[in-house]
Formats: sequence, C-alpha cells, structure tokens
Amino acid sequence: MADPIHQFELKTIASLGKIGGSEIAFTNSSLYMLGAVGLITLFMLWGTSSRAMVPGRIQSMVELCYEFVADTVRSSAGKEGMMFFPFVFSLFMFILVLNLAGMLPYGFTVTSHIIITAAMALLVIGTVVVYGVMKHGMHFFDLFVPKGVHPAMLAILVPIEVISFLSRPISLSVRLFANMLAGHIALKIFAGFIVSLLAAGAWGILSPLPLALTVALTALEMLVAVLQAYVFATLTSIYLHDALHPGH
Amino acid sequence: MDPVAAKYIGAGLACLGMAGAGIGLGNLFGQFLSGALRNPSAADGQRGTLLLGFALTEALGIFSLLIALLLLFAV
Repeated sequence: MADPIHQFELKTIASLGKIGGSEIAFTNSSLYMLGAVGLITLFMLWGTSSRAMVPGRIQSMVELCYEFVADTVRSSAGKEGMMFFPFVFSLFMFILVLNLAGMLPYGFTVTSHIIITAAMALLVIGTVVVYGVMKHGMHFFDLFVPKGVHPAMLAILVPIEVISFLSRPISLSVRLFANMLAGHIALKIFAGFIVSLLAAGAWGILSPLPLALTVALTALEMLVAVLQAYVFATLTSIYLHDALHPGH
Repeated sequence: MDPVAAKYIGAGLACLGMAGAGIGLGNLFGQFLSGALRNPSAADGQRGTLLLGFALTEALGIFSLLIALLLLFAV
C-alpha cells in the first residue's frame, strides 16, 4: 500500500535561489494557488461581463456566490461589516477552489498544509487587531472585559477572554488544515483496503465494501470542502464583528 | 515498552477522542430535529447555524483522528 502521506509532498517546479539556507522555490503548491486565483478571476470576469438584467448561467452562479457570502457577512458582522466583504469573499472563494481542487484525482490539496492556513488565519486576526485598535484605540481592549460582571470575577474572566482570543488563529487554521489532511488520508487508506483485499485471493469478494465506503467518504469530503470554506468565512465575519463592536 | 507498540497504542487511544465528537454530533442533530419538528416553519432559518455547529463539532473529532493518523504514518 502506498504511503498515504505521500500525496501532500511538495515538489519543486522551479528553484528561485536560496535565502539564508532555505530554498525559495516555485512548487506544485504555488502552481495550484496561482491556478485557483486565475480560475476565480476568469469566473468572476466572465460572469460579470454581460451584466444582464436576466442573468445567464454563469452570471447567476456568480450572483449566487456573491449573495451567499454577502448574507454570511451581513448576518455575522452586521451592516458595517460589509466594508470587509471583499476580504471575506476573496478568502472564501480561494479556500473553496483550493479545497475542491484537492478532490480531483491526483490533485494536490494546498489547504492541507498548516503554513497556508496559518498565514490566512493570522491575516484575519491581524486585520481584526489592527482595524480594532485604529477605530477604537484603547477601547478595543474592552473586548477582554465582559460588561456587568462583579469586579472580583474579572480577575478570572479577563485571562480567560485573553486566552480565548489568542487561541482563535490556532483553532481557525488547525480546523481547516486538520479537516483536509485527515479527510484525504482517510480516503487514501480506505482506497488502499480495496487493493489489499483484491490481492488477498478469495477475500477479494469483500472488496466492494471499502469501495462503497470510499464513494461515501468522497461525498462527505465534498461536503466538508464546501463547509470548511463557509465556516472559515463565517468565523472571519464573527471576529470582524468584534473589531467593529468591541464592547460586549 | 517497544516504541512501535507504544505508537499503535497511542494511535488507538487518540481515537477515543472521537467519541466526544460523536456525542456532540448526536446531540446537535437530535436537538435540531426535536426543535424542527415542534416548529417546522422556524427550522429553515436555522440550517446555516446547524451546519456551522456540525463543522465546528466535527473538527474536534477530526483533531483526534489527525493525531492518530500522524502517529500511524508520520512519526
């Protein structure tokens, strides 16, 4: 059975030299990310090129994506949160396309690398902190002080709020990365069972069982790929809501 | 103890964490269903929240599965 971790291997396509001993290279990961950005740009440009009153197929797909993310931002971050709509929309589409590209056979899942998801999560939290401090100054730190609580309780609650805030980028990045990594490893392992059973002589008669499970898992992974992009966008909007209204 | 044996025992123990996610998901969908059957007209509006809760709960089970898989294949 092939090593199930093998599919996440980074392959160098073109080396761009070295900085301080670590290699800077254009890898298959970079290729997929560039491809995703190109695909999204083409899709949006094509969908918005005609701007018809009665939308065609592509235009209604684009409008569907737009309305879906806009609803998420509006309901989680409020009307003011719509100023962050382009940011959330880009994140959502980027993650969605990369997750779905990983579902293609022989595809590479960019979001299964923690460095990618951590960079995106840090971007979100960085935006929340920078915008919150810019807009509210020191009042941004009201976020850590729940209102209407007895002052003696604050000694316990404030550290908890600080820790919960600091763990947000970790949970945000690990959630996406772990879902993608574990899902794709599980798919590979169950696919490996089919091969092992077929190679085991008479036991091969049982091989439709893992095959059925692989099909079911693929469907679940499709759901997870879309759902994780949605969850990332929703949580981003919720965190941005904190930056807009830090008081509890 | 043999380190390889310890690795496999660790992977098995890590999978126990998925029981928590199982309880959580059962609770989540059970409560949603009982609420939805009482007031079906309000159920549609809460589907997004349901899916969000599903993804958040499921992620915790995935974390422990990830530890098990990493122990099996990456350590």
